[in-house]
Parts: sequence; C-alpha cells; structure tokens
Amino acid sequence: MDIYATELMGAKTYDVDGHYVGRVREFFVEPAEAPNRVSHYLLSRGSFQPLVAKHNQVASVVAGKMELSVSERALELYRPNESWLAVQKDLLDQQIIDTRGRKVVRVNDVDLTPFRTNGNVELRLTQVDVGLPGAVRRLLQGVVPYAVVRKLQSKLPQSAIRWEFVNLVEPDPMRRVKLRISHEKLEDLHPADLAEIMEDLSAAERQGIIASLDEETAAAVLAELDERLTTQIVEKLDPEKAADILEEMAPDAAADLLADLSKETSEELLDEMPGQEADEVRELLGFDPATAGGMMNTDFAFVGEASTREEVLEWMRGQELNFDQLDTIVLLDGAAQYSGTVPIARLLLAAGDQRMTELKMEPLLSVPANADDKEVFEIFDKYNLRMLTVIDKENRPIGTITVDDVVSKLVNS
Amino acid sequence: MNWSAISEKFDRIRAGDTDFLKKIRGLRRRLTLLLAVVGPGLITSNVDNDAGGISVYTQAGAQYGYALLWSLIPMTIALYVTEEMCARMGVVTGKGLSDLIREEFGFRSTFFVMITGFFVDLANVVAEFAGVAASMQIFGVSKYIAVPIAAMLVWILVIRGTYRQVETIFLFACILYLSYVFSAFLAKPDWLFAGKQIVLPNLKFESGYLLMLTGLVGTTIAPWQFFYLQAGFVEKKVGPRQYPQARADVLIGSISCMVIVFFIIVCTAATLYTSGHRDITDAAQAAQALIPLAGKWAGILFAFGLLNASLFAASILPLSTAHVICEGLGFEAGLDHKFKEAPIFYWLYTILIVVGAGVVLLPNAPLWKILIFSQVGNGIWLPVVVIFILLLVNRRDLMGEYVNTITFNIVAWATAIAMIALTLVLTYTALFQQSPPPPS
Repeated sequence: MDIYATELMGAKTYDVDGHYVGRVREFFVEPAEAPNRVSHYLLSRGSFQPLVAKHNQVASVVAGKMELSVSERALELYRPNESWLAVQKDLLDQQIIDTRGRKVVRVNDVDLTPFRTNGNVELRLTQVDVGLPGAVRRLLQGVVPYAVVRKLQSKLPQSAIRWEFVNLVEPDPMRRVKLRISHEKLEDLHPADLAEIMEDLSAAERQGIIASLDEETAAAVLAELDERLTTQIVEKLDPEKAADILEEMAPDAAADLLADLSKETSEELLDEMPGQEADEVRELLGFDPATAGGMMNTDFAFVGEASTREEVLEWMRGQELNFDQLDTIVLLDGAAQYSGTVPIARLLLAAGDQRMTELKMEPLLSVPANADDKEVFEIFDKYNLRMLTVIDKENRPIGTITVDDVVSKLVNS
Repeated sequence: MNWSAISEKFDRIRAGDTDFLKKIRGLRRRLTLLLAVVGPGLITSNVDNDAGGISVYTQAGAQYGYALLWSLIPMTIALYVTEEMCARMGVVTGKGLSDLIREEFGFRSTFFVMITGFFVDLANVVAEFAGVAASMQIFGVSKYIAVPIAAMLVWILVIRGTYRQVETIFLFACILYLSYVFSAFLAKPDWLFAGKQIVLPNLKFESGYLLMLTGLVGTTIAPWQFFYLQAGFVEKKVGPRQYPQARADVLIGSISCMVIVFFIIVCTAATLYTSGHRDITDAAQAAQALIPLAGKWAGILFAFGLLNASLFAASILPLSTAHVICEGLGFEAGLDHKFKEAPIFYWLYTILIVVGAGVVLLPNAPLWKILIFSQVGNGIWLPVVVIFILLLVNRRDLMGEYVNTITFNIVAWATAIAMIALTLVLTYTALFQQSPPPPS
C-alpha cells in the first residue's frame, strides 16, 4: 500500500536488532542515480548527530514506523548534499509546474509506493498531492491517529499529479544541474501556456526558466508574456543571451520589447545582435508605436508579380518562413514597387502556370508608415483583412501588419 | 539682417524650445512612471479608514478634542515602515505574502494564519455593512433596502470588473474621502491650535485616554492590509526597477490616510467636543449631531464619507480574504477562473459577503460583540503577521540586496513591538473591561 510523505515524516525508526535509532526528519531523492527513488533518510534523535539510512538499508516502512535491515553502527553521519532533493524542504509547500495540466500548483503532500528489491523496501515518488486530501493530512498528521486521518481524507475529492508530469522550478542554475532539472518538457508546451505559467511564478523562478530554455522557445514565450514582466526578465538576462533571444523574435516583437527598456540597455543589446537584424529592429524603433510603422513587421514574404504559382512554391520551399503564420504574399512589380497581395488559399487553387498578377486581391490596399493606428483598425474592419501592407513614400512595401498585431494592440489599449 | 542670421536665430529658438519640451517630457515621463505603479499603497492605506476606523477617530475627537492629534505623526511612520516592507517583498519576489509564509513556514502555520484571518475579516465585513446601514439611515433609507443593494453592488463590481477598472473605481473612492476635509472646514475649527497639537505630544496617563490611543493604532494598522498591499504590487507586475515608485506610492498612501484622520478628528473636536457632545459612540451618531452644530452639509458630508469608506472596504475585504486564503492553501483563486475551477475561492467570497451583510439585517444582531471580536481578532492576528513579515524581509535568499538594513530593522522591530504591545492592551481591554453601550 502507498504511504504518504506526511506519514513517513516523524516515523520512529528501529535497527535490525530492534534498537530505536531516531525519527525520520527528512528524506531525499538523488536524481542523478534514480529519478524518483527515495535514496536517503535523515534520522535524528535528541541532541545526537543525525544519521542517514540508505535505500538499501530499509527492511519495511509503514505509517509512523520504519525498520532497518542493518544495525545502527552501519549508518553514516548525515552531511548535507546539494545534489539531493529534500522532499520536505524542496518539494512540500513549493510550487511546481504540472506539465500535463499546464498550470502552476502547490504541493501539499507526496505519495510514495514501496517496491521490494533484494529483501529491502524502496520507496518511489509516484505522485504529488495538490488537493484537499493532502491539505487535511498536513493539518492533522501527528495530532490524530494515522488510521483516522486516512479515513477522513479518503472521502475527499482526489487531486494529484503523476511524478512524470511534475516539473520542478529551481532558480539557482548550479542546483538545477545537480538535481538534473531540465525544462525540456516545458519546451513542448504552447508558448502562450508557458507564458501563463511563468506569470504565476516568482521573479527568480521566471528568470531561471527563461535562462534554461532554448532561444527559440524563450523568444516565443517572451513575445507572449505581459510586457511589464518581459522588460524585468530581459534586463536581468546576460546581454549575450538576451541578444540571442531577440534575434529569434520577429523584428516587430523585438522592437516592442526594446522600446520598453532603458536607452542604454536597448543599445547594448542591439550592439550584440548581428548587423542586419539589428538594423531592421533599429528602423522599427524609429516609428511611433501608435502608427502603422510601429505595428508592422518587416519580416514578410514577397515575390515578383510576373512569377507563376510553380515558381513561387519552389521559392517558398527554399525559404525559412514562419509558415504557421503566413497566409498572404506581397507582390512587387518590375520597379520593385508595391503591386498587390495574394492570399495563400488562392495560390493553392491556381493552375501551375498561372501568374501572380491574375491572383491579386481587389481592391489594392496599403497604408503609409505614418498612418494613425485608428486608421489601420478601420481598414481592417471595413475590408475584413487578415493582413495589410505598409509602404514608404516611393510606394515600396516596407512591412506588413497582420490581424494578430491589431488584436493585441486593441486588447492592450 | 541677412538670411543666415535670421535662420540662425530661428535655430536657437528651436533649440531652446526643444530643451524646454524635453524638460516637460522628462517630467511627464516621471509622472507616467509613477502613475503606472501608484494604486496599491494609496488604496490600502485609505481602506484603513473604514467604518470601524472612522468610529474610533470620531470618538477620539469627541472625547479628547485635539489632544490626540500628536499621535498621527508616529502612526504615519509606523504605517509606512510596515507597509513598505510588504511592498518591497512583493516587488522583489513577485509573490504574495501568503505564498511566502506558506513556502517558508509550512502548511500548518499558514493554515492557522489563514483561518484566523477568515474569521477576523468576516467580523470586519460585518462592521463595514453596519457602516453602510448606519450612514444610509441618516439619508432616510432603511437598512433592509440599503444593505442588500450594497452587497449586490460589491458583488457585481468584483465579478464583472477587471483589475484595472476596479482599481480606477477604488482610486476614485480615495478622492471621495475629501468629503471629510469639507466637513472639517464647515465645522470652523481652531486651525492654529490644531496645528500646535499635531507637533506637541500631549500624553495623559489616564486609562480612558490611553485606551483611545490604543484604539487609534489598532484600527489604523490592520493585519489584512499587508496581504492586500503586497498582492496589489504583484498583480500590477511591478518589478525591482520600479521600487522607488512603489515606495512613493506607499508613502503617499500613509500620509494621505493620516491627513484624512486629522480632518475627522479636527471636525469632531471643533463641534462635538466643544459643545459637550462627548459621549458619541459611533460615526453615524456623530454625523447626526453635526447637523445642528455645523450645518446640514457638514453632517451630510460626514455621513457620505462613512458610506464611501464602508462600501470601499466592503468591496476589498471579501475579495482580498478569499484570495489570500486560497493562495496560501494552494487552491485555485482569482476572478479569471470559472466557478467550477475555483469553487473554494468563490464559496469563501460569497460566504463573506452574504454572511457579512446578512448579520447586519438580523433584528437584534449583536453588532457590538462582533465589533469587539473584530478588534480582538486583529489584535491576535497582527503580531503574528508582523513577525512573519519581519522574518521574511530579512531573508537574504529571498530578498537579495533588498533585505532590511540595520537601521531600518531597528525602526521596524521597535515599531512592531510598540504596535504589538498597544494592540495587546486593546485586546485585553476589549475582552475584559468594556461594557456594551446603552441602547440607542
């Protein structure tokens, strides 16, 4: 039968000869050895120096009582070890990320399942309790007999998270390495979900997670995060890492982020970025955020109006475009001036040799970079657009505004 | 004058112009920075002047005239010192106070802090709705109409509003406290004497006076406000870089709170004390007594101030309490969740409002006993919370470079001990010495 961490804490421990050794005050998992096995038990008795029992020295465990398979003399003195995860100190009452439920929860209790190996009993962490039963156990354990607590809590609705889906949060990078905490599972989450999770964590924990994510995921998360938090995080990041992340972001998102930073920090980061990307972002920073130029993205797909469907598709395959977001292509005429747009769906249905000019959207729409954002909203609303091209004085396309830019602008104003 | 000289002159004018504009823009920038952060400190301190608080200030003015005004300056300091620590914790850690208590002191301590908090706050909510009932009675509205409407208003505001809207309404409510300033001017007090009394300590060693002094401290610094304040800064996502603005917010809040207390005491001192109406027991009575003494408007403004304060606190307390408890015990909390996702949060919130408003509507409700209970509760709860705050704010692993300095610690611990001693005295007297007032 499973045993709860609350039932193990304070358990009286006897050695193989039946001598009282002490009470369990803490127990540890050593992730480098086995990800969920309880590896060490801290035993203390009065003013004696605390001892530590290993997983292969335990003969049996029940609520409130543990028997060892060795004599007291075989136990070592306890010495703190940074690469051990202390269940009471590091896990109970702390926040963890439930990667399946995609949210931050607080640990009330831990379920341990005993396994028999070579005549010993090993405990493995199977799930963490985040609901009422765990809360009741924490409150009553040690005050009320074990059997009564079990009965009481069994009537309450269960709410537990399997250990595989638990992602620990540890702000200290050294400790994170020692405890083998990776945030690989977080990288599989949608950036918007991860951003919401981050908002529930403390400042130091957020910092730790962003620092350990790969640049691409970090960029996607920062683009989703509340801008007040984004600036705090970027300011504290190592400039080199911050520049790497900015490079992965769409230029308009990077410009929005840099606009909120102090002048010195944003200049420092731009200097760290490769020239071309930095120039694009610098150019965007020059626009007032309340104009079309301030909303646009300079990363957009454009082709010559005379090209055929086959040529365009061939060209697209060779490009590193953000295909999840791409739904309209900008057309240029022979003089590199703006000539129109083609939605991907039209491209899809066209014949292989059809030219882009024949697929153009009507009417021909565009805005100058200094157009007021209200004007942009009105055009989007009137023509039910998903994308609008921004042009310069010479009628050359310099960027595009997509409907998500409009939505986020409307939501945040 | 040739053309180049003219254009040079224009250039100079333009340069001076931009310089001036730059200055204005710099000032405006600083103001925007402050406004982005302002809110939690101002709101929290002003909510301290709730129905219970106003009753005590009224009594202080009516019974002792201007003699207690000197206590306002030390109280401002105490309020600022304790609130600043919470603001700092919120800004630096990005976590609420109950979160931190849970993580550092474990489940059981948190549970007891939270459960005490629940009952104390419930008693406070009752006091707020009683304030609504009393003030509306002056306007001739029966409490059986006023209290249910007030409860509905509170409920709708919080369930329907976003944090930003709610905060704007609350900031507006802070401005409505100015009705006490007008009320005080209408009372034509002796301003020069009042000014002297605020700087000259006037300590009298008689039990009634000391009791009133402890009452002032006890009602002004309530334990729940620390949770609300810290959560406010976390919710606004204020970071360490904006800490100076957050601190300014707390400072402005503490001072504005005490300025209002000053005007309430001055108003009642100039009228009730001077004319011998010294046996006033609550704010509504005071408002009524003001009408013949200082004119109809003074009384109406006074009653309106009480209504505003009661509604204001009744909006904040239940929400803050439900939030803090759920956060500390690890249940889903917040208005962005549906009822099914956060049942405990919504149940707590509803119970606080329904029971709080319901008790006031009971005929023969023992309101006096509930008020005493809320005072005693605050008294027991405050030391625990303040000590937790002091322990947490001194933790270098949490606060980094933002831990208390030695000087600040001396001031903070001295304040805490004085506050604890005063509230314990108040608790003791509330439990064993006070007798219910004659039925009015």
